[in-house]
Amino acid sequence: MGTTLTETKTLVGQSVRRKEDPRLITGTATYVDDIQQPGMNYAAVVRSPHAAARIKGVDTKAARELPGVVAVFTGSDVAELGPVPCGASLPGLRVPYHHLLAQDRVYFVGHPVAVVVAHDRYIARDAAERVEVDYETVAAVTDSEKALAPGAPAVHPQWPDNLAFTFEQNGGDFAQAARDADVVVRQRITSQRLIPMALEPRGVVAEWRSGDKALTIYSSSQIPHLMRTLVAQILGIAENRLRVVAPEVGGGFGSKLNVYAEEALMGFVAMKTGKPVKWIESRRENFLATTHGRGHVDYLEIAAKKDGTILGLSLKLIQDLGAYHQLLTPAVPTLSVLMMPGLYRFRNIHATILGVFTNCVPTDAYRGAGRPEATHAIERIVDCLAAELKMDPAEIRFKNFVHNDEFPYLTATGLSYDSGNYAAPLEKALDLVSYSELRNQQAEARAAGRLMGIGIATYGEICAIGPSPATPAGGWESATVKIEPSGKVTVMSGVKVHGQGEETTFSQIVADELGVDMDDIVVLHGDTTLVQYGIGTFGSRATAIGGTALYFAVQDLKAKIKKFGAMMLNSDDVSFVGGRCVCNRSGKSVSLAEVAGASHRALALPPGTDPGLVATKFWEPPNFTFPFGAHIVVTEVDRETGGIKINRYVAVDDCGRIINPMIVAGQIHGGVAQGLGQALFEQAVYDESGQLVTGELTDYAVPKATMMPWIETGHTVTPSPVNPLGVKGVGEAGTIGCSPAVVNSVVDALSPLGVRHIDMPLTPEKIWTLIQGGAA
Amino acid sequence: MTQPIRVTINGTAHQHSVEPRLLLIHYLRDVAGLTGPHVGCETSICGACTVMVDGKAVKACTMFAVQADGREVLTIEGLASNGVLHPIQEAFWNEHGLQCGYCTPGMIMAVKQLLDRNPNPDEAGIRHAIEGNLCRCTGYQHIVNAVKAAAKSMGA
Repeated sequence: MGTTLTETKTLVGQSVRRKEDPRLITGTATYVDDIQQPGMNYAAVVRSPHAAARIKGVDTKAARELPGVVAVFTGSDVAELGPVPCGASLPGLRVPYHHLLAQDRVYFVGHPVAVVVAHDRYIARDAAERVEVDYETVAAVTDSEKALAPGAPAVHPQWPDNLAFTFEQNGGDFAQAARDADVVVRQRITSQRLIPMALEPRGVVAEWRSGDKALTIYSSSQIPHLMRTLVAQILGIAENRLRVVAPEVGGGFGSKLNVYAEEALMGFVAMKTGKPVKWIESRRENFLATTHGRGHVDYLEIAAKKDGTILGLSLKLIQDLGAYHQLLTPAVPTLSVLMMPGLYRFRNIHATILGVFTNCVPTDAYRGAGRPEATHAIERIVDCLAAELKMDPAEIRFKNFVHNDEFPYLTATGLSYDSGNYAAPLEKALDLVSYSELRNQQAEARAAGRLMGIGIATYGEICAIGPSPATPAGGWESATVKIEPSGKVTVMSGVKVHGQGEETTFSQIVADELGVDMDDIVVLHGDTTLVQYGIGTFGSRATAIGGTALYFAVQDLKAKIKKFGAMMLNSDDVSFVGGRCVCNRSGKSVSLAEVAGASHRALALPPGTDPGLVATKFWEPPNFTFPFGAHIVVTEVDRETGGIKINRYVAVDDCGRIINPMIVAGQIHGGVAQGLGQALFEQAVYDESGQLVTGELTDYAVPKATMMPWIETGHTVTPSPVNPLGVKGVGEAGTIGCSPAVVNSVVDALSPLGVRHIDMPLTPEKIWTLIQGGAA
Repeated sequence: MTQPIRVTINGTAHQHSVEPRLLLIHYLRDVAGLTGPHVGCETSICGACTVMVDGKAVKACTMFAVQADGREVLTIEGLASNGVLHPIQEAFWNEHGLQCGYCTPGMIMAVKQLLDRNPNPDEAGIRHAIEGNLCRCTGYQHIVNAVKAAAKSMGA
């Protein structure tokens, strides 16, 4: 079994072009907004223009009187339903009841207040404008640190301190480490609020068949199965009468790893009106009402000996939660503190999270979910330490890496790092940029008065999320493999592919294992009626867990194929190679198609064997996986404008074994683009009254093609022992490695001016102000 | 209150009566049934809705259907001919120039305009030409590669 992937020519390891692309490049894929149902109505959601207000009344008369309007629903219609679920549980967590529509109060701009249903989408929007809501505004607070100050407005009046939870993570003894240290460096480091901005906004189509008491919800989701379980609970209907379909999904990045009010609302509307209904989020709504990411203020202290040996790290993490908990809102920062040791050997950790309510849309998972924030903070403070000790940033990292002979390595936060060679990607990246020569160039540039920077960041991440005890809803994944009577292969996976290419990579795995052509394999996903059950796609888990479930299901099938082959060849010594069962004595063979036909025709069965060729595996991973890597960024800052030019971007990542190098490169590039967006351009800005100032793409700077540097990628390969494929996951790596490398580079460029730290995004204005000697 | 229009879409003549305020993108998607071009922002920033009108790349979310009266529209669905992919489509496939695919139909139309005007663009020219089309997945690098590959195969 273990040798199958190393036989002569395997598809695993090759840049096979993607199976999902023909429908995507011809415009024939079906996203939610492409679904049409007979008699379908359109819904528009009326949203609060205020961040905090009491609702004195809602008048829907003018809306209902508009020709073409079918119905208008308000908070009182759905008061008995809900709540929108929070899946995270933490000790003492305060969970406000999250109604599908606001009841007597709104808590953030964009809070849903009513839903209007009409015959077409234009009329629905017209009617939404005619819903009159009588608001009495109250004071709002949008800044997490201000929300903690005494006397701040209470987001939820029942909790005047705005504190949803506190959480501590300790390992070793940081206080002692600080006493033992030669130096303790302190820095406040933020990871600003970001807008995930999947290019396809959210959308829902709901269809109710009253005769069957059956509801179907099409939703642009990363987690259709969890959505089914949770929406059935919200609506109070039987789970087996709800079908959730996630059709083609146009990007998620964590923002569709959720169950929002609108899915249940549209189910409710379809049931009430008896007609199918479609709701498609506008981009403005997407910015206002789909979860944001990050929102950290981190106070860090790092304790070290003067030779650079790190002794410990302390962190006070203030997490801006927004007004409610969405599915995983309070859980995201707990990943940050787990990740605090980074790739380093120090054993003393003290971390406190303050989870703070604000009058903003909730934060939740966004590419990396807690790990980019942690890595940014660690890699920045390590650079601050290196600067304090006048050490080279590469040298201080080499000095503190976990050693190769220490794996599996138990961290001070209780994680067991699976495998690693942490120096290798940094060595490779340094080599790729010709580091010492680069430092010479920098010295010359500085002598000439130019501001050139070299930034290094190394990272580790927690991927393949994750073992069930570490997750709120199960961390396993499932696969069914069916060989049809003709020998064609159908895979049903519990993951939800939405750009990551698993229809291709899973086919590569199956094609190698079964010796069939890629084109003879179909990978189905995203439909709760087709697929057994599944957890979904997030946390760089789809291949490491979903692919492993698939691998084991195929092994079960192979055993059964061999039993049929042995019967058909009348032999007790049969191998299954290259898609054929071969008698090792006579050399006679039967094809997989012949075996499949015989197993379904069932004229004869091997002893103790059932007809058919189907296997299902639910696989529980024994651990997370821990990818790692090193990014190096070379920048030059324009003294006159504060503009930053990236002259080199080198990313060396170790994501374990690589199934499709082209897809892995694409994941790194895309991840870097989102990390670079955070480092240089993007920030969700709320003003003091709670208005989202960056409420459209006109004001929120998503990287364009001209804003991206050329990314040079490299890899080291350290297989994971956690799964038989040896894969670790790569979906989030680029994002995690990027932002600290970029900021370290720019701080390095400005270090001759005495700059030690800059908070993101590094806008030209901020940099120019620093150059002028003002406060950033 | 509707207005009659005649539009040739992907070589086929269409006649409809539409509201003057109907956006071209909604006409194409909801009336003509061509769901290849997508709606991403409704403010002409993202480019997911890009189609060609009389040979020019246009963001169909900021043009009314009545403005397309008497004109020729090409959408992603009309790019392949007789089941043979256009070289740009082929290049996007070969070079992994897409992930979730939502921006792709618009991106490909923007690239078509570029290569119609300049068969041999350099990297900066490519990036400039697709600046009005956002992609959140790829970081654009494989798209740049795809455009170079398409230019090469179309010039061959």
